[in-house]
Amino acid sequence: MASRRPAKDQPASFDWTPENKAWCDAQMKKYPEGRQASCVIPFLWRGQKQEGWCSIPMMEVIARQLDMPYIRVYEVATFYTMFNLAPAGDFFVQVCGTTPCMLRGSDGLRETCKKMIGEEGHVSADGKFSWLEVECLGACANAPMVQISTKEGDHYYEDLTPEILEDLLAKLARGEKVKIGTQHPNRHSSDPEGDNTSLTDPSLYDGSRAQPLKEIPNSQPKEPAE
Amino acid sequence: MLEDKDRIFTNLYGLQDWRLDAAKQRGAWNGTADLMALGGEWIIQQIKDSGLRGRGGAGFPTGLKWSFMPKEVKDRPHYLVVNADESEPGTCKDREIMRHDPHLFIEGCLIASFAMKAHACYIYIRGEYVDERNNLQAAIDEAYAAGLLGKNAAGSGWDFDLYVHHGAGAYICGEETALLESLEGKKGQPRLKPPFPAGAGLYGCPTTVNNVESIAVCPTILRRGAGWFRKFGRENNHGTKIFSISGHVNRPCNVEEAMSIPLKQLIDTHCGGVKGGWDNLKAVIPGGSSVPCLPKDICDDVLMDFDALREHKSGLGTAAVIVMDKSTDIVRAIARISYFYKHESCGQCTPCREGTGWMWRVLERMAVGQSTTEEIDKLLEVSTQIEGHTICALGDAAAWPVQGLIRHFRHEIEERINTYRNDRPHVAVAAAE
Repeated sequence: MASRRPAKDQPASFDWTPENKAWCDAQMKKYPEGRQASCVIPFLWRGQKQEGWCSIPMMEVIARQLDMPYIRVYEVATFYTMFNLAPAGDFFVQVCGTTPCMLRGSDGLRETCKKMIGEEGHVSADGKFSWLEVECLGACANAPMVQISTKEGDHYYEDLTPEILEDLLAKLARGEKVKIGTQHPNRHSSDPEGDNTSLTDPSLYDGSRAQPLKEIPNSQPKEPAE
Repeated sequence: MLEDKDRIFTNLYGLQDWRLDAAKQRGAWNGTADLMALGGEWIIQQIKDSGLRGRGGAGFPTGLKWSFMPKEVKDRPHYLVVNADESEPGTCKDREIMRHDPHLFIEGCLIASFAMKAHACYIYIRGEYVDERNNLQAAIDEAYAAGLLGKNAAGSGWDFDLYVHHGAGAYICGEETALLESLEGKKGQPRLKPPFPAGAGLYGCPTTVNNVESIAVCPTILRRGAGWFRKFGRENNHGTKIFSISGHVNRPCNVEEAMSIPLKQLIDTHCGGVKGGWDNLKAVIPGGSSVPCLPKDICDDVLMDFDALREHKSGLGTAAVIVMDKSTDIVRAIARISYFYKHESCGQCTPCREGTGWMWRVLERMAVGQSTTEEIDKLLEVSTQIEGHTICALGDAAAWPVQGLIRHFRHEIEERINTYRNDRPHVAVAAAE
C-alpha cells in the first residue's frame, strides 16, 4: 500500500500557480459560507497535480487558505491513499490487485511492472516511472486494469495482459500516444466482447422517446395507486 | 428477460453520444417540469409505489427514505447528497451511468432534490474516477447553459444547484456518514447513528444520501409509471438493475436486466457462460466482495434479488457478480478480499481495525495450509466478534466473506492443512539441538 509517512526531504515552500489560485477561489464558492474546509480534498488533489506529490508546505498553505488547523490537513492528507506523500514517477502506474482483477491475472501485471520499472513504490532511475498495487478501482468488468497518473490526467487502461501492459509502458516511455480505456479489440467499454446482447433495438435511438408525454402515468388524482 | 424497450440506461456502453442533445433524443429531460408540477408528495408516492429499493447495496426502499426528510424547510436548508463513491470490489455500474448517461442522472438529481425540498445537491464521486468526473462536470455545465439547472431549473420554478465533489481513494467514504464527514473536509470516519442524516446530515442539516443508480432511474419511473417498473422482478424486489459480471466468465460485462433473473440465465445469456462451461463453476460472489460466496449447487437455481439471496445467507448488495471457476484458489481469493478490508478499515473501532488485519494474516497462512483445524473455528468466532460490533457496516462486510468461505469451503481449508506436512520433513530434532 501507499506509504502514509511524509517524505524526509521536503521543499522549502509551496505556491499555487496563478491559474490554480483562481481555480481554488472558484471552488470555495461551491460550499456554504463558513464551510470552506470542504475544499481540502480537492485542493490537495490539485496541489498534487501541480507538484506531483503532496508536501508539508503545501498542506500548510492549504490550511491557511481554508482557515483550518494544520493538523486537520495533515490528517486528511495521510488518511486518503491517493495523496502521494513522497514524489512518484512522471508516469505513476497503479495496478488494481483486488479479487476481481486477481482472478483475471493482475499477478502477471505486477510481474510486468517489477520487470519494467523495478521494486514497488520506488521511482525508476530516470524518474519517469513508479508503480504501486492499489485496491479496487471500480472497472471490474474490464479486469485486469491499471490506472496511470501523470500531471495531465489519470486514465484507466483496461482488459490488459502482461504483453499489452509491457507494450503500453514502452510506448509511454518513448512519449507515444496510447489508447485510453479498454485495450481489447472487440470491446468498446464495459459491453461484452463481440456482439452485444442488449441495447441493439434501433427504436431506442430514433427519437421516439423524445416525443412529448401524452399523459403522465398516475397523474390523475382519483386513479387508485398500483 | 428484459427487452430493450424496457431498459432505462440506453447508452450504458457509450456507443451513442452522451451529450445533451443526444441524451434528449433518448428521452432524458422529457417533460421534467410537468413531472415536477405534480408536486414533491406525488413524486415520493410514485417512487414508493414503484417498489424501488436502494441500489447502493443495503436495498432500503428509496421512497421511504425520501419521506424521512422533514416536510417543511425550517431554519436549516435540506441537501441531497449522491453517493458516487463506487468502491465495492466487483462493482462498476455507476461509472457507466456517469460517463455514458450523465443526463438521466442529472435530471434525477433535480427531481429528487425537488421532492425533498433541497435547493442544492452534492455528488460525491470517488477520487480515482477522474475522467468520469470531468465528463459529469461537462454534462452539468451543458445543463446549466441550457437552463436545466440553476435558477428556475428546467422551467419548473425551482432553483437548484448541482455540485460535483470528489474523494481521494477511501472505500469507507461509501458509508453515508463517512461520506458526509469527508464532504465536510475531514477524515472519512463514520458517525454514530442516531442522529440519522435525515435529521442532521451534511453541515448538520437534513440530508438524504442516495446511490447514483437509485437517483438515475427515478425520472424514467415517473415518465413510464410506477406500475411499469413494478412489473419486473418478484414481490418486494421490483424493477430493473444493472448487473456487473466479472471474473471467470467468457465475456464479462455490465448489463441492465430485470430483478429476480436466475443467476445461471444472467451468466449464460449475457456473459457467454462460465469459462469451461457451467460445470466448471466453483463459486460466485453475487453482490460485491462484502457478501458471502455461494457454491455451485446453490448457483444452479438461485434468483438474483434481495430476498432470494438472503435466504441463502448471502445478499444482492450492489449486484456485482464475481464468478470463480474450478481453477480458483478460493482461500487466496477470500484472503485478498480480507486484505482489502484491512487496507480500507478507517481505524475508528477496535474490532474492525484489529480484526480485519488478524483475519487477513490467518487467511494468508490458511491459503498455504500452515494452520490447524481448530484455528478455523477460532477464525469463525473472531469474525462473529467483529460483525455487529462496529459503528458502520465495514466490520460486517469484512466478516461475511470469511464466514461464507468457512460455511461452504471448510473442507478445502482442512484439506490444505492436512496435506501441508506432506513433502515437508518432520521437526528436525537434530537441527534443534
